[in-house]
Amino acid sequence: MIMVVMWRYFNGRTARRFVSTCSGHGWWDKVRVAPKNPIVSVNESFLADPFPHKVNLAMGTYRDDNGKPFTPQCFGDAEAKINRYTLEETNSSEVSSKFVMESVKLAYGNDSFVVREGLYAGVPALSGTGACRLFAEFQRNFYPDSLIHLPDPTWPNHHNIWRQAQIPVKTFHYYDPDTKGLDFDALINDIKNAPDSSIFLLHPCAHNPTGVDSTEEQWREISYQFKVKNHFPFFDMAYQGFSSGDLDKDAAALRIFVEDGHLVGCAQSFAKNMGLFGHKVGCLSVLTRDIKQAAAVKSQLQHIAHSMYSSPPIHGILLVTMILSDPNMKEQWKKEMKIMANRIRAMRTTLHRNLEDLDSSFNWEHITNQVFGVVILHICCFTFCLRKQIMTLVHVPNSGWHVLFSGLAPDQVRHLEKLFHIYMSPDGRIRYAYVEKIGNQFFSHGRCDTKQCKLFGKCNSSSYKNQ
Amino acid sequence: MASAVLSIATQCVSPNASSLSINETHKGKAKLGGSTLRFSKSSGRISMTVAVNVSRFEGIPMAPPDPILGVSEAFRADTNDVKLNLGVGAYRTEELQPYVLNVVKKVYVLSLMAENLMLERGDNKEYLPIEGLAAFNKATAELLLGADNPAIKEQRVATVQGLSGTGSLRLGAALIERYFPGSKVLISAPTWGNHKNIFNDARVPWSEYRYYDPRTVGLDFEGMIEDIKAAPEGTFVLLHGCAHNPTGIDPTPEQWEKIADVIQQKNHIPFFDVAYQGFASGSLDEDAASVRLFVARGMEVLVAQSYSKNLGLYAERIGAMNVISSSSESATRVKSQLKRLARPMYSNPPVHGARIVANVVGTPVLFDEWKAEMEMMAGRIKNVRQKLYDSISSKDKSGKDWSFILKQIGMFSYTGLNKNQSDNMTNKWHVYMTKDGRISLAGLSLAKCEYLADAIIDSYHNVS
Repeated sequence: MIMVVMWRYFNGRTARRFVSTCSGHGWWDKVRVAPKNPIVSVNESFLADPFPHKVNLAMGTYRDDNGKPFTPQCFGDAEAKINRYTLEETNSSEVSSKFVMESVKLAYGNDSFVVREGLYAGVPALSGTGACRLFAEFQRNFYPDSLIHLPDPTWPNHHNIWRQAQIPVKTFHYYDPDTKGLDFDALINDIKNAPDSSIFLLHPCAHNPTGVDSTEEQWREISYQFKVKNHFPFFDMAYQGFSSGDLDKDAAALRIFVEDGHLVGCAQSFAKNMGLFGHKVGCLSVLTRDIKQAAAVKSQLQHIAHSMYSSPPIHGILLVTMILSDPNMKEQWKKEMKIMANRIRAMRTTLHRNLEDLDSSFNWEHITNQVFGVVILHICCFTFCLRKQIMTLVHVPNSGWHVLFSGLAPDQVRHLEKLFHIYMSPDGRIRYAYVEKIGNQFFSHGRCDTKQCKLFGKCNSSSYKNQ
Repeated sequence: MASAVLSIATQCVSPNASSLSINETHKGKAKLGGSTLRFSKSSGRISMTVAVNVSRFEGIPMAPPDPILGVSEAFRADTNDVKLNLGVGAYRTEELQPYVLNVVKKVYVLSLMAENLMLERGDNKEYLPIEGLAAFNKATAELLLGADNPAIKEQRVATVQGLSGTGSLRLGAALIERYFPGSKVLISAPTWGNHKNIFNDARVPWSEYRYYDPRTVGLDFEGMIEDIKAAPEGTFVLLHGCAHNPTGIDPTPEQWEKIADVIQQKNHIPFFDVAYQGFASGSLDEDAASVRLFVARGMEVLVAQSYSKNLGLYAERIGAMNVISSSSESATRVKSQLKRLARPMYSNPPVHGARIVANVVGTPVLFDEWKAEMEMMAGRIKNVRQKLYDSISSKDKSGKDWSFILKQIGMFSYTGLNKNQSDNMTNKWHVYMTKDGRISLAGLSLAKCEYLADAIIDSYHNVS
């Protein structure tokens, strides 16, 4: 193909030049389409669906009772304060330092000795993902032959992150599908059987995706076993404050380990608990023996960040710093977070009650027992029956706020989507922030008409076995 | 590096020991010379382990300080009145203050108002899609290539919002590492320091092509062409779209044509770093001419963009990675892979800077205002160059040719001073610059040109 190009020189002279293109050796021929992000594509299908009563349980953010995204009021106040764009780029590092200090205080406690003595290397990060990635690259730089031990299951992006950092992954037992709870014995065994000085990733609260957390006693035992084996604990704390409504309580696991003398690593995200998703605010901290080591580790983390994005975006950092360093705003934020956490708890209670009412032959206790509960296969049967009753528009959050492991298979998920306009993650994971109306409306119906239900053959409920 | 864990008594571990230990464990602690003793009772026996708090980070050395940012730190520590910071490439006004563009202020105010509305809708803080803000992506590609560029019309441009120039380059590097394993990147000698870090950390091998000629304080064009020719077919060639950093030396339009010729002949892939669009000549279109030339030839091109300098959005981290390919189908595939690489890096990019750029570029009144401010900023730098040249020429009677100051373009100038001379600039004259002899003219005022001229002349002639 021959293209004729007129070229005009920018300082006034003109010249004409005829150039020919080469015949187009396609450099990108070998580049395949990446698998679609399952949650994103579900969201797209949901948006395209004209059905007025569609339900999206796959993705989204926290919603209030009216289905509106909830941005804490303190956040708006903080924005109002930053009402003049006065930021000088040279102040970014000062703001960042303040931000890190406030984040670390939040995670480890205001009076924590690690904070007081400065025994940490902390850097701002691009939310939780960025913090994990910084740590993974750091791990690779200094322990190139190490593995990362991830709980089974875990947030899928953990696998991507460590794989991209070229660190092999091993999983350890976590979720017990029979009890829909923690498989503690198997977990402890895996900790004991791992080679000494292994690196583990732990969710200190609100485990994503199961919602199943360890008790305080169990954490103490885990911490003890870690000491025996000299394992390194890396905490991914994405929901501090969201789990129980209490910031300190949600960080208890982390603080138990610190108290026991572990020098932990911690990724913090402010995406959920401050509603700052789009601003990518997070923090990576690594505890060290002394401040000299802290400076060395920090410099290495900054170096890694430098070749990835140079410095983090300042706006979110400003907001968080402002909120955390102003006692009034901080109090306001804590209150609002409690409200969100309590609402979710109330929803779970409602859901539990409704499920009990509908089918008291089955034990639904796990829904309220754990932090976020687990909804099993049966919910699909109930929802099929209630097709006409589905009046609820449910916005669904992103990973983890309130995660339900429904146990639904992909074809069942598709069935729900096609017949009932209920959208969820293809692996059956339901994340919801707002199911009060589901609770009320889904379960006012009677029994499942199994002739209509295409999936009853796979239904585990004994009530339906003979039909 | 192993921590010392001393087992003083063996633990009795049975399969149920863990559950027993929850119920029966009596935990106490004692300090023993800085380490902590734990006592635990399981199955009726007391066992103790001493974990000595030897950190596993013992072997971690201090990373070298960043050569450029280190300059600013040293400047801040200097108490002398006459000090001058020509280190970091950040635009300063004549009063040597950071400059927030008026358009950005306006957009900020407007976006605050808009954000109040958005707060009600609630979608202002939520995650962007992995590829970033759609309005921004559209605006940035059009700014780079021109809105009526056939590549855009034919949807052959894959654009993904990135974290300023660095983040966008890193995405490109990750794409190379994944899909062109073993392929090298050729970078100019010298180039922006962080280029090497980015490719190193992305595990992409690189080597250099000759660029700066210290004899002429200009472009070693022959060397550049030779080195590009000598590279194995299919090499990625990193080019600065305009205002080369750190030298300030750009190829002429004829030279760009020849560079494109040799890249095509060798089937190389051009990879542009466009960090100063608008800042070089003052014209956004003129500064994109090199990129547009390559695209017009039908070549497939990678382009990283940054809005740190030209919109003063340094701290917001806003930029883009563009891949112009031969078909829209290919662009779709490439975009999907860029997203896949972004996900384990940061999931999705930050929203704030993207909104500002989208608003400025997408609002005609603001866009015109931006163009005017761009011309003003670039104009100030040109004036400063002229004044500096005039000052040096009138003071220096040695006959040395200082005209390179005028020929160079953009924020930076390679003065030709070596390390010792640069140190003299700092130590004696309190002029802060990087050791390679680079000065940032954006940090110079007309009022200080005479002083700087004295410093340069002294350092050049009296220090070796």
